[in-house]
Amino acid sequence: MLEPVVRVQGLTKVFKSLKAVDSVSFSIFPGEILGLLGPNGAGKTTIIHMLLGLTTQTSGSIQVFGLDLRKHRREIVQDVNFSSSYVSMPNSLTVKESLKVFARLYKTEKREKRIQELLEAFEIAGIKDKLVRHLSSGQQTRLNLAKALINDPKVLFLDEPTASLDPDIADKTRTLLRSIKKDRNISILYTSHNMKEMEEMSDRIIFLHKGQIIAEGQPEEVIRSFGRANLEEVFLKVAREEEA
Amino acid sequence: MRHMYLYRRSLPRLMEVVYWPLLDLLVWGFITVYLAQYRQNLPGFVTFFIGALILWDILFRSHQGISVSFLEDVWAKNLLNLFTSPLNPAEYIFALMLVSVVKLVTVATIMTVLAWIIYSFNIFLIGISLVPFVLNLIVMGWAIGIVTTALILRFGQEAEVLAWALGFLFMPVSAVFYPVSVLPRFLQTVAHYVPASHVFEGMRGVLSSGVFPLSQLIWSSGLNAVYIMAAFLFFRWNFSVVKRKGLLVRIGE
Repeated sequence: MLEPVVRVQGLTKVFKSLKAVDSVSFSIFPGEILGLLGPNGAGKTTIIHMLLGLTTQTSGSIQVFGLDLRKHRREIVQDVNFSSSYVSMPNSLTVKESLKVFARLYKTEKREKRIQELLEAFEIAGIKDKLVRHLSSGQQTRLNLAKALINDPKVLFLDEPTASLDPDIADKTRTLLRSIKKDRNISILYTSHNMKEMEEMSDRIIFLHKGQIIAEGQPEEVIRSFGRANLEEVFLKVAREEEA
Repeated sequence: MRHMYLYRRSLPRLMEVVYWPLLDLLVWGFITVYLAQYRQNLPGFVTFFIGALILWDILFRSHQGISVSFLEDVWAKNLLNLFTSPLNPAEYIFALMLVSVVKLVTVATIMTVLAWIIYSFNIFLIGISLVPFVLNLIVMGWAIGIVTTALILRFGQEAEVLAWALGFLFMPVSAVFYPVSVLPRFLQTVAHYVPASHVFEGMRGVLSSGVFPLSQLIWSSGLNAVYIMAAFLFFRWNFSVVKRKGLLVRIGE
């Protein structure tokens, strides 16, 4: 059996009196896309931030590549990267300058070649000398994704990566991510509010509600377990039960 | 009414009505007292004032070089990209310190040249003692900048004004434009523990007597060594609190 690249056990995060993440355990395996979904406030983003070491967990353990994240963060993040539609690149730099900065931070080998590959892959080579602040939101998202791949990561955390993309670029981005995953055996933790996208992209999903895992498995298994036709209906059932 | 509501809970707005006027009153008030006391015999008037202004700006730019560069990453929503990379907080602060040196060298060069062209003032008249004094001002600016950065991380947008304001808090007790002796007794005690006051007193000493003020330099360097260490420790402790409370994410997005 394959060893997981990420192993999370009993992960809990308490903010004052709010238990944002409640004893969550899961693993991500090599070459797998794991979808993390749930209504707002379910704990998805808090989990990603704990996996990146941006927020310290209250209890539980996170192991990446078999190493404890708290003790080996620097080694781990060398082979991990992240993209979120809520985080931007330095807006006073050009597209290429931004990628150069992060290529240096991650000590990327053959920087120029890697940057050129990514500029072409995400169709932003034509705007490489444009200031980030002058990019459209779709172009910014593609730049964020290019940055997320600058170090050729083994694990990628993507927080709503296609949130501001038009359907065409969103589809191209998904295709590209699937092809990168296939070619490089990269593992991806993926969150999105687009349920169709989650169904299409994820090999396995974890459904979170109020900080706890309420369902886990292949998308069709989860849909079946809720007796619904698709993930969108599952999502609406969970969200509306909460309202009721 | 909308503005009145804002004033009740906004630090920057409260500073507009309390902090800045108070600082103006203190600094200009003490300058007036100084001028009144020494009306007949103000040694090297122009040298003191222009030299003091250039040196104060070095401290201020050193502080801003850290705090404003950090704010630029906050405003660009780039902070999370940086802190999810292999960069650690100590390296980040060190990089900001280097940036501040580049900025202040540029600013000091411009000011020195302009002071020479416009006022025929040559700051190098102070001599070789200028070098350790300037280094002390830079280190004090760094310490203030690091503390400011830690406070912005902790308290977010409301604390951003500190990037400009915190340095000025030390101006009345730094004896920039007047000697420490002008200050009331309790502020003289405070000034004694401010490295910049020893720098400016030392500078005045060099200009008036020509004697290198070793004791002022030792005091200034010793205090700075303590403050820069304390600033680093404060930042480190604060960073762990910020991570525990999940605040890094809030300021970074």
